[in-house]
Amino acid sequence: MNIGRLIICEILFRKLSFALGVLSVFAAVGCLVGALASLREHDRRTEQIIAAKQAETQEKMELLADDYRRITLKLGFNVLILPKDQKLGDLFADDYATKYMPEEYATRLAKSRVATINHILPSLQQKVKWPETGRTILLMGVRGEVYMRGAGQKPLLEPVQAGKIVLGAELHQGLKLKVGDTTRLMGREFTVAKLNEERGTKDDITAWINLAEAQAMLGKEGQINGILALDCTCADARLPLIRAEIEKILPDTQVIEFASQAIARAETRNRAAAEAEAAIEREKQGRSLLRSEREAFAAVLMPLVVLGCAVWIGFLALANVRERRGEIGVLRALGVRARQILWLFLGRAVAMGVAGACLGYAAGQAAIAGAEFNVLLLAAVIAGAPLLAALASWIPALLAAQQDPADILRQE
Amino acid sequence: MDTILELRDVQKHFRRPDGVVQAMDGVSLRIGAGEFVAVQGPSGSGKTTLLMAAGVLMQPDSGVVVIAGEEPYKLSAEQRAGFRAAHIGFVFQQFHLVHYLNVLDNVLTAALALPADDAEERARGLIERFGLASRAGHVPSELSIGERQRAALARALLNRPKLLLADEPTGNLDEENGRLVLDCLAGFAKDGGAVLLVTHDPKAAGFSHRALRMENGKLAAG
Ligand SMILES: Nc1ncnc2c1ncn2[C@@H]1O[C@H](COP(=O)(O)OP(=O)(O)O)[C@@H](O)[C@H]1O
Ligand SMILES: [Mg+2]
Repeated sequence: MNIGRLIICEILFRKLSFALGVLSVFAAVGCLVGALASLREHDRRTEQIIAAKQAETQEKMELLADDYRRITLKLGFNVLILPKDQKLGDLFADDYATKYMPEEYATRLAKSRVATINHILPSLQQKVKWPETGRTILLMGVRGEVYMRGAGQKPLLEPVQAGKIVLGAELHQGLKLKVGDTTRLMGREFTVAKLNEERGTKDDITAWINLAEAQAMLGKEGQINGILALDCTCADARLPLIRAEIEKILPDTQVIEFASQAIARAETRNRAAAEAEAAIEREKQGRSLLRSEREAFAAVLMPLVVLGCAVWIGFLALANVRERRGEIGVLRALGVRARQILWLFLGRAVAMGVAGACLGYAAGQAAIAGAEFNVLLLAAVIAGAPLLAALASWIPALLAAQQDPADILRQE
Repeated sequence: MDTILELRDVQKHFRRPDGVVQAMDGVSLRIGAGEFVAVQGPSGSGKTTLLMAAGVLMQPDSGVVVIAGEEPYKLSAEQRAGFRAAHIGFVFQQFHLVHYLNVLDNVLTAALALPADDAEERARGLIERFGLASRAGHVPSELSIGERQRAALARALLNRPKLLLADEPTGNLDEENGRLVLDCLAGFAKDGGAVLLVTHDPKAAGFSHRALRMENGKLAAG
């Protein structure tokens, strides 16, 4: 026989009174766990919503970036780097630069990793007579992109291999040439590699060949007369910035703007991105407001529930003590210590707290779909609820322990 | 003959709305080992007060209480509880069994205050002796009145007290059960214990070695 056995037997005997106590702990713990779980669930939902929005934005941005790339390709390039002594008047009158610079400039530019530029394409361009057809064409020698950032970067223009030729619309339509046909240009044989669509620009009368071949044909070995550079970093990268950077690296060149529509497009894209960011930010703020409202509600509700539970348990304990006066009296007469009587009632409260905490935790979890199991919270309520119940029962238990057995036994 | 219980000039008064009641007025009493003393008297004469004072449950205003050579009222409250557990057994008119415990557990509540390895064995022995073996697993509400008082007797004897105090133990019993209880008290005395029985039942006095009379808090020879 010990106090623990006494507690268990009494609980089993007065099931209803014990169950009422358990119920109140259950309600309090259930509320607490439910409130916490719903806050956690709220956070999880917020993360989901924001992640979905971000993914959506990302997708939109990628679409825009694609558009941007495609459009930029069609329009041409953002800046054109020319020899310093090239007169722009001549350039526009002749459709090509008449001054030359070393091809090595392109490599130097690439190696210096200009932050505002993403792509560098050196070219040698000249208006020539196509002696075999009697047409005037723009002959463009290209060597493709000089890479700046390693293999990950997608080349913007495929280089034209030696012996291959790419023709503008006006040329292949007029000459009725197909891919795979051979044609002669300035005494050399070329295979048609690609036919460009009509663009309504001088591209339509342009023939693209390999840069080295063009240099040989035009007697300009190691020379180029333009570097096409594409800026796609962002809309903020304005021409003066690009210009200053490039002129620092290649002092005897000049930089002119090219195809500013691409920049406008980039601006649009940046604006869209900013708008999307703002929308996500607004969503975040809305969610956080909702959360703080829920938190505030829980912060008011919880102390009330806990207090109500404590008062209820206190009253139940008091009723229990009154009901057991005779028992207390006889146990004290038998020599049971006051301390043991105190534990008899506190132990009952602790049992009530543990039972209520376990049930309340389970119910609180079950009430919130998808709530995760939280060992820490379970441990906290299993420790906290019995403590609360014991504190609430403290005064009644103390009263029980201090009762005078002689008084009780005489009256009963 | 060893003295088990001795009261010397014990006074106890109570304050009540209608004045002061002198419940014990210079009570002196000595009970030796193997002695069965009965105190008779009308209701309100102070019998229960005498029993509480002798039972280390109620500090007298003055006078001395000696039990088994010790003065229990000089001990601390905790020690007094231990003293009760070790030396005194109580039997009440109302039995005061614990409602939610079966007979065996009720008898064993005495061991809460004085744990012992053989407590259960002794409890079963007492239950057997009082003819309650078949009732050991029953709660008090399932017992007859006589069985309840026998269970209470078994509880009082579990810790092998030197002094047995009985307050109207036959008050709620029929004649046959009353006799059974009184026989048991006499048996306890015969085995060397000291018994103090307070009752207003004149028949009970017939079982005692010595009958005293209490009136207005004063004890006199019966
Ligand atoms: N705790 C108490 N407070 C006030 N009066 C008491 C108290 N205990 C006993 N009395 C009074 O003391 C007197 C003796 O009581 P009690 O010892 O119970 O008598 P008995 O047991 O002989 O009937 C009675 O008048 C009773 O009312
Ligand atoms: Mg009485």
